Amino acid sequence: MTLSTATAAHYQNLKFDYIKPVEITQSTASTYPVIIVGAGPVGLSCAIDLARQGVQVVLLDDDNCLSVGSRALCFAKRTLEIFDRLGCGEQVVNKGIAWNVGKVFFKDDPVYTFNLLPEQGHQRPAFVNLQQYYVEGYLYECATQYPQLDLRWKSKVVALEQNESGAKLTVETPDGSYTISAQYVIAADGSRSSVRNLMGLESKGRVFRDRFLIADVKMQADFPTERWFWFDPPFHPNQSVLLHREPDDVWRIDFQLGWDADPEIEKTPEKVIPRVQALLGADVKFTLEWVSVYTFACMRMDKFQHGRVLFAGDAAHGVSPFGARGANSGVQDADNLCWKLAMVLKGQAPQALLSTYGDEREFAADENILNSTRATDFITPKSKISQLFRDAVLDLSKHHPFARRLVNSGRLSLPSTYSHSVLNTPDQDVFAGAMSPGAPLVDAPVRLQEKDAWLLPQCGEKFSVLVFTDEQSVAEKIEKDMQSLPDIECLVISKTALKLKNTLCLQDHQGLLTARLDAQANTTYFIRPDQHVAARWRSFDVSTIQQAWRTATAQEEM
Amino acid sequence: MSILNKEPNFANPDDFYEALIDMHAGLSEEQSHKANARLILLLANHIGDLSILRTAMSDALVDL
Repeated sequence: MTLSTATAAHYQNLKFDYIKPVEITQSTASTYPVIIVGAGPVGLSCAIDLARQGVQVVLLDDDNCLSVGSRALCFAKRTLEIFDRLGCGEQVVNKGIAWNVGKVFFKDDPVYTFNLLPEQGHQRPAFVNLQQYYVEGYLYECATQYPQLDLRWKSKVVALEQNESGAKLTVETPDGSYTISAQYVIAADGSRSSVRNLMGLESKGRVFRDRFLIADVKMQADFPTERWFWFDPPFHPNQSVLLHREPDDVWRIDFQLGWDADPEIEKTPEKVIPRVQALLGADVKFTLEWVSVYTFACMRMDKFQHGRVLFAGDAAHGVSPFGARGANSGVQDADNLCWKLAMVLKGQAPQALLSTYGDEREFAADENILNSTRATDFITPKSKISQLFRDAVLDLSKHHPFARRLVNSGRLSLPSTYSHSVLNTPDQDVFAGAMSPGAPLVDAPVRLQEKDAWLLPQCGEKFSVLVFTDEQSVAEKIEKDMQSLPDIECLVISKTALKLKNTLCLQDHQGLLTARLDAQANTTYFIRPDQHVAARWRSFDVSTIQQAWRTATAQEEM
Repeated sequence: MSILNKEPNFANPDDFYEALIDMHAGLSEEQSHKANARLILLLANHIGDLSILRTAMSDALVDL
């Protein structure tokens, strides 16, 4: 069965087979390099990423089905690029609905339009809307391709103890419980993380006293493929409403309800249908696919690493939904964590590399929480005076450009730049633009072996070096020099096509890559396996690259 | 030039907005009114140019 052609109804009913684990059938006590808890988008991404790097993983999930309802829905450009690397980006983009534009309304009037990807020349759009169960289904399909990835359904972690060399988990199954050990554990088991609770740890922060109704509505409608946000609309006065398009003629509508709303009553069709009808108009026919009432908090754990246990995704941090920063930041956690963990497990880097996972992703979580808290404060003012300012901003935004920048209906997920990471080699040379050390590498159209291609799929998983030169003889010398660094992929970039025996030659035929990286002849970028910039120079020198590699992998000082 | 700038002028608009709302944290409504009045006077003095301030005043009255 190919999941990618399956229908939504099929996905929602899918039950995965529980298989009696070897630890029970043979009463063996096994130790694995990595055990991952939670087979949602984050756990599956971690499992695939590690398996791709040859690491044996066991992925445990207490359930045996995919997520219910559209849930995460908005998958950001950076996440799509990570999915490309993991092998399901194309499926997500093909099935999903791409969008770049958001519109904001105040009462009856449109006040502000924003374009999240205002420039051409990127493979992936700013966002793709796709129900979470599809994304999980595609990731699951990728996961099944790796024999070193052991996915165990109906396997609930009920105890965990750890020492300096690993952790021991007790897992409950339909056939009773067993113990299993790992050198490292990744807890990707969601906002109510059982691993976090078993370890007596907390995620702390601000709980928002407000409730939101979320409805997936099936209908034929002619709204454009844009994110529409209303402040205080006539059909839902004094509250906010958010509309998103999903595949399969489904629309996501979020209604702010206020803290006093009763979640059980608000979930009933008798309450939901009139709210939806008020938005759509009396003559529009629709059916309800999924309804839920939620509250949220902006919070995180103090530390994402506790000995041999690493927390990722909602288990480590939570945000309000307005910036699409939940699943997206979780997949970015996976992207950051897995290459480091694989290098440490293979003895290629010290444990110090792993501790930079916490440093970098705690920083990213703070950025996400800040943006999502600010959006929430704007959308749901906490006092009369903040309501007054909010409405004043919205009134002014009809006429004045400056006020439109203050309107905050959600600052949508962007990847973090790890500017202060110890893995960066700080700039010595002068560069313009955003591609400073720590930044996620920007995409650009290129030509590869006389065919159109994109930059990002050409790097990642390994460290890579991008060198700009238009001289065949210089390119040949670069290729020769790079033979002393066999673990680093070399890409030579030129205006007109060059040819090298064992080195990838990319042609920057539109000049966009050169412009975006502020490149000149001999400009060299050093890129991490997660496609973040680690260093850059105006000249090419093997010994500085080697030193930057040592810095980017946290090797001890020589 | 004495023209009121209505184009975006904040390096980071969200930083400003948060600072503005935080200024009022814990204040009563009456205190907030006082704080707003003082803030307007401080900023008006900084601007100084009465023709700019008059334009801002009339823009503030639109659609009230």
